[in-house]
Order: sequence, then structure tokens, then C-alpha cells
Amino acid sequence: MADTAFRVCIVHLDRNKADIVSFGDKNVHIGGSGLAAALFETYGLPTEPWSHPDQPLIFAIGCLTGYFPLMSKVVCGFKSPHHDQYAESHAGGRLALAMRFAGYDAVVLRGKAKLPVAVHVAAKIIETKDANYLWGANALTTGRVIRRAFPGASGHRSILRIGPAGETLSAYACINVDTFRHFGRLGAGSVMGVKNVKALVISGDGDQDLPGTDSKAYAKLFKKVYEDMTATEMMRKYHDLGTPGNVAPLNALKSLPTRNLTQTDDPEMEGISGETFAKNLLIRNTACAGCPVGCIHVGMLREQFQDEHRFQIRQVAYDYELIFALGAMIGVMNASDCLALMDEVEKQGLDAMSAGVALAWATEAYQKGLLTREQVEEDLAFGNTAAYKEAIWCLGHAKNEFYADLAKGVAHAAAKYGGEDFACVLGQEMAGYATGETFFASQSLSFRHSHLDTGAYGYDQKKHDKDPVKATAYFVEDERERVLLTSLVSCLFARGVFKKPLLAECLRAVGLPELAENMDKAAEDMQRLRWRMRLATGYEPEKTTIPKRFLEVQTWAGKMDPVYLENLRQSYITAIRELGAPLPEEEKQD
Amino acid sequence: MKILRASRMDRCIGCHSCSLACARQVHKKFSWSTAGIRIKSSGGITTGFEARLCLACDPAPCVTACPTGAFSQRKGGGVLVKMKLCIQCGKCAPACPVDAVYLDEKDQPFVCIHCGRCVDFCPHDCLEMRQKQDHVRQGGDVNG
Repeated sequence: MADTAFRVCIVHLDRNKADIVSFGDKNVHIGGSGLAAALFETYGLPTEPWSHPDQPLIFAIGCLTGYFPLMSKVVCGFKSPHHDQYAESHAGGRLALAMRFAGYDAVVLRGKAKLPVAVHVAAKIIETKDANYLWGANALTTGRVIRRAFPGASGHRSILRIGPAGETLSAYACINVDTFRHFGRLGAGSVMGVKNVKALVISGDGDQDLPGTDSKAYAKLFKKVYEDMTATEMMRKYHDLGTPGNVAPLNALKSLPTRNLTQTDDPEMEGISGETFAKNLLIRNTACAGCPVGCIHVGMLREQFQDEHRFQIRQVAYDYELIFALGAMIGVMNASDCLALMDEVEKQGLDAMSAGVALAWATEAYQKGLLTREQVEEDLAFGNTAAYKEAIWCLGHAKNEFYADLAKGVAHAAAKYGGEDFACVLGQEMAGYATGETFFASQSLSFRHSHLDTGAYGYDQKKHDKDPVKATAYFVEDERERVLLTSLVSCLFARGVFKKPLLAECLRAVGLPELAENMDKAAEDMQRLRWRMRLATGYEPEKTTIPKRFLEVQTWAGKMDPVYLENLRQSYITAIRELGAPLPEEEKQD
Repeated sequence: MKILRASRMDRCIGCHSCSLACARQVHKKFSWSTAGIRIKSSGGITTGFEARLCLACDPAPCVTACPTGAFSQRKGGGVLVKMKLCIQCGKCAPACPVDAVYLDEKDQPFVCIHCGRCVDFCPHDCLEMRQKQDHVRQGGDVNG
């Protein structure tokens, strides 16, 4: 029988050694989300803080990674500095295929380097190099220097790095992946930072045999999937305007969080619409390795730095979530200004969504006199791009006590300075969908506190009876479907193509017929494993709250219904408790 | 005889579908490297992408360097490769002026054979099969 264990590289940063481990079972853990949770179950320290040197920082791909188009993502598993619980973040770029061709299903960083290092993992290399000289450098400069420090494998190499925010241990420091992609949410960058890892380079320099036993059948199936991804209309929205195409429709539905959620639409919306970005600033698209869709939209930021017609230009990737957070949410209704802020956030190595929501809260708190000018240092006012640019630098560097507090999260800052009513936090700083009760309930409780945990924002936009039981069933089932995809690990944009019959064909083609038969069971088990890890690390869903500002929101469907929202949350809490219930003793021993 | 040209690389999004297709279909491998076309970034993703592939030289330096005739001149440019004749000496790769011949760890060479099977897998039409123009078919004295 074929070996269905995962090949995992565990790097011990304190010893400069690595273990190559056969871990788990593809038929059980699938990969990605499931594999990361299983690795955390084995190597994580649930009751120790996130900053404990032995906490693992896990990067996991899945059993279909690279074998089919859009199987192109990586799941990062870690204990989050945002809430000190087990968390996941997802990223694309070249990382997934680089890991595949380096020959690893997962790379785990353990321990803490004595001084800042860059770690290099390739098919025949595992090494660390001094990177002390890079400490303090922004994420873009770090990428440039690391390319020189680790020559070779150009185009087949993925460079992960952190900026100042990861060094100052912000609760929402991201890990930048290959310039344009990120492990954005919940602070993975600080887990890298606390381990003294400035960069991780994965070189996909190994060669492998085709999967399965029938290379012709595999090539034929690949072609079919490829054509579905490129020739049909299904993926158009991702490569045409891309996710920024959501700005105008959400605005029309009164669901675009604007000016710290004091509004859900804005007459100046057109300045930051997907159409405006595409028409005025888009210079090209780029793609994750293994994905022909090319959804990454790169805009041109042109800034005049001297009077005499001296300009600098920069390429900045934009997406809906960034436009919401660094545009609408802080009243910056000009696309070029948005790009300038995205660029600064990129350099600091911050999660763009959390950074934008943090600045939005700080602006309102400052306006209301809860914060002093001395604390915020800049004239924080909705629409003041120059002030926000400086503030982002302050946030990344945790410049003074206030910014250090704000870098710990909006909830943390609001607890200290006041303004909790208008802190737009749903577990973490909100995503860009003020669509209604279903989304607010989902994001406040769900696993990643992310808009991608479930399609709740879509559920809100459809006519539905306010039935908490039905909505909860939807959350649980939709999450399970997504866990299957994030375990394989597919881009969630491909969920319209990768339906279960096709996934089963793909799994058979790569020699995993047992998983093809049992994918529902495996997905459910991994869903449960994730929640078990989350609860084991201290998650108490009962303690999550909905700040008052969310109850004041008005959408196309009218005012929020607090009773329905609360009933929905209670129902979902019960479901989460059931999903994450500890295993009976006998199952643990198996 | 047509040859493969990466004529519109400014459009490339770096998806690597072409090299994966070549490895999968032509060389029966799962790889970024064991392919006749390989995609590189030229110093980070912001600088765009370039394709490493055979430029269909005629005469081809790799043919001259090959001691066994495993590499022979292809009519219309490029090379024909007979792996049965290859002794894996690795002389072909350094002879190529554009780094188009990839050697795996056993020094087995992989080079574009201008079959065009990658073309269908480029979502942006960066690649095309076309006739090599007469005036560049041979250099030097032949062109007078």
C-alpha cells in the first residue's frame, strides 16, 4: 500500500538542526488546515503563551497542492498574539508550489534563534544564516536583500518575511509572501518575530514524478480542470475587476463599512471603486504559482517627491479588503491615496484590515476627545491620507505607548482608552462586510473571525427568514465545505469549480481513492479537530461580544435586529461547543 | 518547421502553467525545472517574468558540444534530442548561451523541442508557435 503519511520538515531554530518526520495520514488529515491542526495537536503547547519559544509556527500544504490548477495555497497554523488561541492564516504566492517541489508537505519552525536569522529550506538544503543586519528593515527591503543573500532558484523560490510590526510583536503583524501575498490576519508575523526569524526562504528546486499511476489520465484531467478555470465565465470576476468589483455593489446595498462604520455607503464611493482602480491605476495582473486566473491586481502608485517633476513609482497590490480598510473605513475616498496607504502598511508588515480598522477607531476616539494629540501624534481625521501614512509607521514601530497599545488590537486599546462601543471588532478587527446579522454573528464567533470562514455575507444578501437554527446549520455546513478546500489546499476562489465529484476525481488521479470516498468524513473530522485545538487554547465563544456600533448599522434590509443577532450567536456558540468537544478517552487512545 | 517563441512575456502573470505542462506532458515529470520552458522572475515579482527556453539556434552550440550526437540540429532551428544516445556528460547545458538546457541531478538534459504543447496552457498568449524568419535562420556570412 502506498505511503500516505506527510513529509514534514521541523526546523529547530535554537539548535540549527532539523528533523524530517513522517507525520499523520493524508486519508485522515487531508493537508493544509487539517494537517496544521494535527501538527499543532502534536507540537503545540496549548496552555503556554503564544510567545513561548517552543510554540510551533506551521506552514502546511495539501495532498493536491500543485497537482491541479488553483491548488495553490498554504495554511499557516500558530498560536495567535491577538487572542493567544490557536489560529490559521492562508496565503498564496509561490510558497505552496515551492514547498511541494522542495519535497515537504509542511515546514514547522520551533524554538528561537539567538539572533535574527533567515532560514532556507530547499530539496537538499536546510540552513540558517545571520540576518541581524536586516532587523528593522521593512518588508520590501528585506525581500530585496534576501534575494541577494540566497541566490539561485529565481522564480522557483518563495520568500517569506516580516517588517517592523513583526519585530515589535504587534498582534496583527503579517508575514509577507513574495511581495504581493500575505499571511495577513491574527499576527503570524509576530510569531516569526518572537522566534527571531526575519525571513524564511523555500526553494522549490527538486524534481518529482507525476502523481498516480496513469500519467495520461492525469494529464487529461488536469486539462479539463485548467479549461474550467480559464475558459468559463466562472472565474471572470476574479481576474477582471477582481474583488474590488465588490465596492460598488456593497455600497449600493448599504453594506460598505465607511468612516468607522458610522455609514454603510458614501456618495464619494466611486473614487475607490473597482472600476476606478482598474481604469486609472491597474498596470498588470499577476498570479500565484499554479494558478492561471491571475487575480492579483497590481496598481501603480506615482508620487511626486520634488517640485520639478520628479516622481517615484511603486507597484502596489490591491484587493477589496484593503480598499475597505485603508479607504472607506478611514474616509479615504481616492484610489491613489488608498494605494499609498497600502504601500506603507506593506512596508511595516501589518495586516491591512486590522491596521485600517485600528486607525478608524483611533480617528473617532481622537475626535471624541478620548485620545490626545500627544498620543496620536498626527492629525487623525477621516480622509487625511498624510496623517494616516505617518500613523501607520508609528503603528508598525509601536512608536509610543498609545501606538504600542493600538498594535495589540483595537479591543485592547479601547479597553484602556475608552470607546469600546465603536471599536469595530468581531473577534478581530472587522472585515469589509456590513451586510447584516448573519455576517456579524459569523465573524464574531467563527474560527478565523474571517469573512472567509463561511459565506455569511452572501447569506445576508439573500432573502431569508430569521431562523437561527437554519443559519447555524448553514454556518457549520459551509465551514465544513471550506475546511475540505482549505485542507487540500485550494484557493477559495475556485470553490465554484472544485465541487465534490471533481475533487474525488482529482484525489483518485493522485492515488488517494480512499480519501476520495471519505472526504466528507475527513473534512468533518478536521473541522472538529480545528475547533478542539481552538477551545483547548482557551477560546470561550460565550465571552465574545458585538460592540454597540454594529447594532446601529442600517443596510438595504433595514435596521439590525439585536434579538435575532443574539439568538443566532447563542445557537452558533452551542454548535461550536459541540464541534470542539473533547474526544472520548477511547478515541484518543486509538 | 515552426519554433516556439515567448513573444509576449510582458503579459506573463507568473502562473508557471507552461513549464508544468511541458514537464507533465512532454517529459512525464512533475516539476518546475525538468521542462523545456522555465519561468523566472527577473529580480522579484515586481520586475516581471522571463522565460528560459531554446531560441532555436542554427547552428546550435549545444549540438557542437554534444560528443555523442544525442543533440542534433533540427531543421528550421533548435535541436532534436535522442536520449538513448545521451551519456549524461552535461556538456550541452554550459554550451547554451541562454541557459535553456536544464540538467537534473543525474545530468540528464531537458530542453525545448519546439512541440508547442505548452502554448495552450498560457492564459495570456505569451507563447506562440511560428515560422523562424528566413533572415535570422542563419547568421554571419550566409546572410551576406
